[in-house]
Amino acid sequence: MEEIIRSEGLTYRYETETPKRPALDGVDLRVREGEFVAVLGHNGSGKSTLAKHINALLVPSEGKMFTNGLDTSEEDNVIEIRRSAGMVFQNPDNQIVATVVEEDVAFGPENLGVRQEDIIEKVYLALNMVNMGDFGKRSPHMLSGGQKQRVAIAGVLAMDPKIIIFDESTSMLDPVGRKEVMATINYLNKVEKKTIVLITHFMEETVDADRVVVMIKGRIEDEGTPGEIFRKRDLLMRAGLIPPFASDVAYRLKDEGFDIGQALTVDELVEGICRSLQKD
Amino acid sequence: MIKDITLGQYFPGESPIHKMDARTKLILTLVLIVIIFFVHTYIGYLCVAALLVLTAVISKVGARFVYNGIKPILPIALFTFVINLFFISGETVIFEWRFIKITLEGLRQSVITVVRLVLLVLSSTMMTLTTSPMELTTALERLLKPLSKIGFPVHEIALMMSIALRFIPTLLEETDKIMKAQTARGADFEEGGLIKKAKALVPLLVPLFVSAFRRAYDLALAMEARCYNGGEGRTKMRVSHFHKRDLFAFAAVGLVVIVIALGY
Repeated sequence: MEEIIRSEGLTYRYETETPKRPALDGVDLRVREGEFVAVLGHNGSGKSTLAKHINALLVPSEGKMFTNGLDTSEEDNVIEIRRSAGMVFQNPDNQIVATVVEEDVAFGPENLGVRQEDIIEKVYLALNMVNMGDFGKRSPHMLSGGQKQRVAIAGVLAMDPKIIIFDESTSMLDPVGRKEVMATINYLNKVEKKTIVLITHFMEETVDADRVVVMIKGRIEDEGTPGEIFRKRDLLMRAGLIPPFASDVAYRLKDEGFDIGQALTVDELVEGICRSLQKD
Repeated sequence: MIKDITLGQYFPGESPIHKMDARTKLILTLVLIVIIFFVHTYIGYLCVAALLVLTAVISKVGARFVYNGIKPILPIALFTFVINLFFISGETVIFEWRFIKITLEGLRQSVITVVRLVLLVLSSTMMTLTTSPMELTTALERLLKPLSKIGFPVHEIALMMSIALRFIPTLLEETDKIMKAQTARGADFEEGGLIKKAKALVPLLVPLFVSAFRRAYDLALAMEARCYNGGEGRTKMRVSHFHKRDLFAFAAVGLVVIVIALGY
């Protein structure tokens, strides 16, 4: 499959900071079309900075970044890149522009100069994808956090992007909202075949990803399937990440001599324990 | 209680009033507001009131929402009523007790002032109840479009207005939250004189400002991420056009204007 996101030696320094350490230090990220990649890292690991490079909100200080085959450092490509790589941010309140849901979702297509008749169609298509079709005429401030974040996702979807970047999009939500948004993300990846880049520090959210990229201090430290990454205890320790409850229990059981194999979710954990009990 | 402010409160609906071109509503509201100052007969007031009541009925907004719209000015209306009642002198005295004197002219004038005030607010309330802020700013943008030829930033101002409206509830909520947080730590917003009260607001305003600036930065980033690139080449989802109902509305308001202009 084709690589839709490719960075080569991507280095970025924030101007305001003393140049002791760049926020990104020679990052080579590759994402194939249709892939679900989770970028895991602690605060200050550079994961959000990396995300902002994908849709040209930031351009590399050194190295190159190609999104959908286009060089992000070329001014003329910027609009096309942002159209094909939409971004959902952390705070749902701070990314909603309009006072009515459908008008907010229309903001992207309006900016792109989409014909008026097509906008409404795109808006409701996008709202239905995130299960918010009935809320088109509502006011965003009357919605729950999870619903607001889904409206924000619809706002991105209305531009027909190939890639959707989620920059800590669940970190301000309650557990219910988080579940809603994660279900939406999975749907968009599996059914709508969108390429997903999920930036997070919650390991639980990376369980469904095809690949997990772990970042420490502006570098990609390791990558692999969630199963492979979750097993590497000292890597997670160094990255300042807390492994999910299930995989932690499985690991500790193994330490005590009960090998129940890999467990990423609670269901898998229960399954594993039952199986090993039956064997005995 | 802090959420009671209904500024720009839009009541979504599908009535003919809702579907009217926002430009029509904007212009007619302005006309009404101006004309209310010229009315000096009961028939004139009756006409304007009838027109507004008719609008409210057709729009199916519901009396409660209309009442909520004019509720904030009721204390002011009462205040002006009392002031006018006692201070406007006239000839026909209907009540006198020591230095207090109420005259028929004073009573008449006070009632008229209150009616005028209520009608003014009612006309703008009807507009904001039936028009979404986005439609309103779009209408304003289109009406002021000619000004952009001389370098007036029409699109930017319209966008700023709609964003300001969008953030009113968010910032109100935040104010409420900060107030509660400060109260929980012993801050007192209720007691003391004017100066003490003003000073008590500092720990409220500083965090509010800081967060408003952060929100502005976030929003700018989010808008950029959604391909915002200024007003050039933008389209609109809902562009209203003049229909028959707009003509009717113009005719209805025109009729009222004529009645008033004829001196009734």
